[in-house]
Amino acid sequence: MTLSRFARPYEVNSPPRRRLVVDHISLSFGGVKALTDVSLQVEPGKIFAIIGPNGAGKTSMLNCICGLYRPQHGHIWYGDTDLVKTAPHRLAHLGIARSFQNIELFNHMTVLDNLMLGRHVHMKKNLLTALLYWGSGQAEEIRHREFVEHVIDLLQIQGIRKQQVGALAYGLQKRVELGRALAVNPGLLLLDEPMAGMNVEEKEDVARYVLDINEEWGITIILIEHDMGVVMDISDTVAVLDFGRCIAVGAPDQVRSDPAVIKAYLGEQE
Amino acid sequence: MATQSGIYHQTYASDMQLRPTTMQRVRLVLVAALLVIIPFVVDSSTQRLVNTVVIAAIGAIGLNVLVGYTGQISLGQGAFLAIGAYSCGLLQAYLNVPWPIALLAAAFISALLGGLIGLPSLRLKGLYLAVATLAAQQIVDWVIINWDPIDGEINGRATDALRIPGNALFGNADLRLNNNDTLFYIVAAAILVVVAIATTNLFRTHIGRAFVAIRDQDIAAEVMGVNLHRYKVLAFMVSSFIVGIAGALLALQSTAISFERFSLSVSIEYLAMIIIGGLGTVSGSIYGATFIVVLPEVLRSIGRMLTGTDAASLSEFNRVLPFVQEGVFGVVIVATLIIEPEGIQRIWRNIKDYFRLWPFSY
Repeated sequence: MTLSRFARPYEVNSPPRRRLVVDHISLSFGGVKALTDVSLQVEPGKIFAIIGPNGAGKTSMLNCICGLYRPQHGHIWYGDTDLVKTAPHRLAHLGIARSFQNIELFNHMTVLDNLMLGRHVHMKKNLLTALLYWGSGQAEEIRHREFVEHVIDLLQIQGIRKQQVGALAYGLQKRVELGRALAVNPGLLLLDEPMAGMNVEEKEDVARYVLDINEEWGITIILIEHDMGVVMDISDTVAVLDFGRCIAVGAPDQVRSDPAVIKAYLGEQE
Repeated sequence: MATQSGIYHQTYASDMQLRPTTMQRVRLVLVAALLVIIPFVVDSSTQRLVNTVVIAAIGAIGLNVLVGYTGQISLGQGAFLAIGAYSCGLLQAYLNVPWPIALLAAAFISALLGGLIGLPSLRLKGLYLAVATLAAQQIVDWVIINWDPIDGEINGRATDALRIPGNALFGNADLRLNNNDTLFYIVAAAILVVVAIATTNLFRTHIGRAFVAIRDQDIAAEVMGVNLHRYKVLAFMVSSFIVGIAGALLALQSTAISFERFSLSVSIEYLAMIIIGGLGTVSGSIYGATFIVVLPEVLRSIGRMLTGTDAASLSEFNRVLPFVQEGVFGVVIVATLIIEPEGIQRIWRNIKDYFRLWPFSY
């Protein structure tokens, strides 16, 4: 197996990697405070993990970053763009992609079409060329197909590329969802529990892919994950959320021994 | 006629072909040949029936773009057809526009108004959107009935119907469509072929994929960079462009049009076509349209064979027939939903798969 399988396709320039700065955001739904005054800083090229008990606000955090929720206070800076004021469909243009906790694939499309949809923001041809499917319109589809095939190779899903996604096994669907996000060719990738519900071997595979993507493609990764072993092994920085507040940020070892974190996870001795 | 197996592709272009095998191409040629032969072999009443099928097929493809592919449920098909038909009719009646230009203009007018009717889709989903399109249907019906310029008079009596002059082309009265079924067939069938190919192509590209993505998971589609507002309105426009063509053809086929042909029941009939034929497929739209248009004729012939020829039993037959038709429609739709929700096109595909693998079971 050669290294080129992992390399970012050469003909594509990698998008600029920028620092993500979450600046004192607060989000509430009526009386429920999902996030309170959270500030984080994600350095380019790193793997940043967000952990915390159920309902701590981890997914809300990702939803704020990708524009599905609008925090009432604060800003989220990606480079010098304020994501709080950016429409969700602009995110992919900025080079930000995500996967979802509950798989949100396009079930009636093939694996190939799901991945090709990830290329959507890079495809510029107008309606008329689409109707004709001739010349430059066809050439564009083929060019992006080549990129998608790189992703397919990386994630080793060659055998299922023409299958309908809805009919695939859970683990494969998770992998396809990762692939769809990769097809965007992102600089920042948000992964919401990419290993949930997997067995040890599948988790190892996904952890390997995440590391490959981070190292070979140079993509910044924000990861939500419950498996502490994996989180502590692969992340550069870990942030801990509890009841919508950020109670600790730091290197894995540092966070592991933080008394506030132990209290949040294990409770307190009377 | 089995399909081939063991095909190896060496380029992405060949892998992305629609009809990669020889057998598929042979079948395509056969279908094309059938389309060409029809006007030579059928009698005039059958030709009119075929013409109706072709119009319905164009309309069904248009509706399928919106409902089957993009997942935006519409009860406004009748309204879209009406916009096409009346645009075409009015352009001919008042401005004396030649029919090809009127036809094209009607399609663009429909696309524009369709985009407008589609605006609620930016806020509403599913059944709520269906109700919004129902409102559009009622408004268009109301306009047709109450707006004076589009009423006409027939035999000196004011009616709600609009008379279509059936303008000659190049000053040649033979090139009118409403008294020449064969010419109408050639025009309509050519349009159907173009619409079918263009629609199929659309869904091989990123625009079509965005439509399907909106149907399957709109939030994920948005996060992947699909501008939901833009693509939903675009879906309404593409759909009503095609439906507008079908509407314009309805106007060109006849000497007068009136609101009854564009009512809510028409909208539901078209929904039945695409459900029975197969949601989200071009071929399914054509199968479904054929089925729904031909079914009443089949029922009528069967009924004629069963009843006597005397006046009493004929009038009884004519009284009962509409009810039987409605009943059979209902049964067929329910049966489709239970037995093969993906419609006739799926049944046809299963048959092909069976022969491809024959004599093995898989």
